[in-house]
Amino acid sequence: MSALRESLGFLTSRLRQVGIFVALILIVLLFQGLTGGILLEPQNVTNLVVQNSYILILAIGMVMVIIAGHIDLSVGSVAGFIGAVAGVMIVHWGWPWWAAIPACLLVGALVGAWQGYWIAYVGIPAFIVTLAGMLIFRGLTLITLKNQQITPFPAELRALGGGFLPDISGGTSVLEWLTVILGVGATAALLIQAFKERRIRRKFDLESEPLVWFIIKTTFTALLMLIITFLLASYRGTPIVLVVLAALVIAYTALMNNSVFGRHTYAIGGNLHAAELSGIKTKAVTFRLFVNMGVLSALAGLVFTARLNSAQPAGGTGFELDSIAAAFIGGAAVTGGIGTVAGAMIGGLIMGVLNNGMSILGLGTDYQQLIKGLVLLVAVGFDIFNKNRSGGGGDLGKRFKLKTTPPPAEEKPTPAASETVEAGVK
Amino acid sequence: MNTPILQMRGITKTFPGVKALQDVTLDVNRGEVHAICGENGAGKSTLMKVLSGVYPHNTFDGEILFENEPCNFSSISDSEKRGIVIIHQELALSPFLSIAENIYLGNEQATNGWVDWRKTNLEAAKLLARVGLDENPVTPVQHISVGKQQLVEIAKALSKEVKLLILDEPTAALNDEDSGHLLDLILHLKGQGVTSIIISHKLNEIRKVADAVTIIRDGKTIETLRLDEGQITQERIIRGMVGRDLESLYPDREPNIGEEVLRIEDWSVRHPQDHSRMVVRNANLHVRKGEVVGLAGLMGAGRTELAMSVFGRTYGTATSGKVYKYGEEINTATVSDAIRHGIAYATEDRKHYGLNLIEDIKRNISLAALRKLAKRGFVDKNQETVVANGYRKSMNIKAPSVAAITGKLSGGNQQKVVLSKWMFSDPDVLILDEPTRGIDVGAKYEIYTIIAKLAAEGKAVIVISSELPELLGICDRIYTLAAGHITGEVPIAEATQETLMHYMTKEKE
Repeated sequence: MSALRESLGFLTSRLRQVGIFVALILIVLLFQGLTGGILLEPQNVTNLVVQNSYILILAIGMVMVIIAGHIDLSVGSVAGFIGAVAGVMIVHWGWPWWAAIPACLLVGALVGAWQGYWIAYVGIPAFIVTLAGMLIFRGLTLITLKNQQITPFPAELRALGGGFLPDISGGTSVLEWLTVILGVGATAALLIQAFKERRIRRKFDLESEPLVWFIIKTTFTALLMLIITFLLASYRGTPIVLVVLAALVIAYTALMNNSVFGRHTYAIGGNLHAAELSGIKTKAVTFRLFVNMGVLSALAGLVFTARLNSAQPAGGTGFELDSIAAAFIGGAAVTGGIGTVAGAMIGGLIMGVLNNGMSILGLGTDYQQLIKGLVLLVAVGFDIFNKNRSGGGGDLGKRFKLKTTPPPAEEKPTPAASETVEAGVK
Repeated sequence: MNTPILQMRGITKTFPGVKALQDVTLDVNRGEVHAICGENGAGKSTLMKVLSGVYPHNTFDGEILFENEPCNFSSISDSEKRGIVIIHQELALSPFLSIAENIYLGNEQATNGWVDWRKTNLEAAKLLARVGLDENPVTPVQHISVGKQQLVEIAKALSKEVKLLILDEPTAALNDEDSGHLLDLILHLKGQGVTSIIISHKLNEIRKVADAVTIIRDGKTIETLRLDEGQITQERIIRGMVGRDLESLYPDREPNIGEEVLRIEDWSVRHPQDHSRMVVRNANLHVRKGEVVGLAGLMGAGRTELAMSVFGRTYGTATSGKVYKYGEEINTATVSDAIRHGIAYATEDRKHYGLNLIEDIKRNISLAALRKLAKRGFVDKNQETVVANGYRKSMNIKAPSVAAITGKLSGGNQQKVVLSKWMFSDPDVLILDEPTRGIDVGAKYEIYTIIAKLAAEGKAVIVISSELPELLGICDRIYTLAAGHITGEVPIAEATQETLMHYMTKEKE
């Protein structure tokens, strides 16, 4: 009985993380029912991964920028611009793919450095700089493409968007064995890692997670990975972009959790002044975050272009909104200091499943946008409600003043008079 | 002549756990300038908030008579209707609005909901003439100096037909010239029949304008001195402000003082926005190994500004002067330089400058020296936990684990986290700014013990504090600051509250 109560107490303390995960599963089940099973057909699962990969790549960089208390509105335009640059390099100039890809990532880094300079060193709010960037790089996309699409791309680049890892069984087996090996291996690695971390937490007496919940959670995650593996293996195997994405998620999760740079990012978003007074070079950290965002935008642009096999003037339009929504649905705080890469991935998948499911149902973009907007509002609203109820999180009103992003209306600092009156009444 | 305009009787105001005011009496006569004196935290501002209705009438005990009629204010607007206007230390002007718009903010000169701009600007111009401010009423407030903004506040008060004007530390943010103007204006308004209450601890100002002085200490009225009875003297005011006994709240300590560690020479700092204001002027000080040195000074004396400008230029502009460590000049132009040279600064404002309140204890402790825990850019989390657990034990941080969020700890425990953070950066010099502010008595003793331990370990410690007994209780030597000058250096053997207060209120020519 006490174990149950303990578990429930723990779940309420982690309502947000648990809630978002449950929401994803419910949405998947809902659309699985509504589409008559089409959603989880092997081919559609593969589509889901490939279709959303570039948003997920952007969401990684976006959640980092948001954790630091900034925002980036320009990623869609930058992705489109890099697609155009890739088109010119590969199709017009005839560069090989292995030279063009690093060159494009470098251009992305330069774009990020340009924006990071204005934000970090000149001190213009990121909202303004990247709003300008949204226009600037859309303009440059149109100029580079001379308003016409560039196509076709060589097969090597197209593989980045729609290619699969080679079939080692030679196409004779029902299941793709390489995918099965990778999927089972990844699941085993995840289990080992989870147990190792729990053991260390126990050793230092930091464990607050009840054993029951740990087992449920780990088993569930492992099962989920195996199911996805099975679904992918029974279609065409592992999309190359999934390998890229998985590598990025692992690397960036480690970076944000364990690296000095990641810690500094959280510290800046949590309390900019305290970070500064602790000797953190806040400007350099901010600058690097935007350079990183530029590189990831470039990668997203390459994947998108490769998938369409065409660099298009309107390529990347709206990506910024999807990736920002992914980060916020995934639990990032508007005030900065809170958020995770994994959360942003789940947020991105929720958006992706909504998109995909509604498209299968034949809902028009009109209703799709309406519903996606409501989901974003409810997710963040739930967050705020939860925070107000628990009363934690410290002096958020004050922290807002330190941010360069404009504070939402409800967090306006209350006049000193009414504050002191309240203090007096108590 | 001596007809009372305001009588406050038996005012008692309690905050959770603290009696801020206890049976305070204040009598102000019509047409006089009445000064209220007291140490930081004595209850001056609380008393004025009681008077002006910031604290509604049912939240305190006692009786207020204004023009012989009882007052039951439930908000500021009630007191303003009766002609009592308070001007707070932090000006309440909207920087982008014009002078005239600010004067009539909330009291717009309008007919049927439409603002009459001609009337607004014309009336504003008349008020500006009354306060002697030669500015166009349509000028945005942000384009005029702080001194002039203060005059706009007074013009705003006049527009409300003020009978009793309350000024809370009106010259704290002004340079000498602007302060002089302001004081002249107060005298001028007195000639026009406006009664003023001025909260100040600048004794020369009080001597210049005050007809009467009421001294408040520890939330109680000590006495009211009257000019016409020849009672206003510096000695008497100082005695009234500090006269209390040292309590034995401090750990015993055998100082073991060694060589000089840090020396600051000829240090000057200008205000970051108003470059004409010198916040710290030609300060010289030093601190030795194992020594606890106090910096005493009243609000606005420049103590925090001095410390923060040394610590990576985090305050002020056009800083000049030199910092020496072990006799060699060092560069502390950025915080990371200062930390690298073994200087640590624990801020007076834990919540806004000291801690990341949404993060846990261990990550706060490791923040300033994260690289000590990192290999090739990645933090060793186990080591981090071990370190944080070590401080949790040695500093007696009361929390379920080092994974507890700092925003939910008590003030004393938060302060211990801040101190742990700086101890982990392994400094030679620790500057502790108001280390016991907002901390209960028991935790204060623990903080004093930690300070004593740091000194015993051979660290040089500088303590900035507004509480003189605290400085007398823990320091080996005390510097006093007034208006940015170091006005005194007192060895502990010669230090009393009276001597310190004497230096703290001294004006250097």
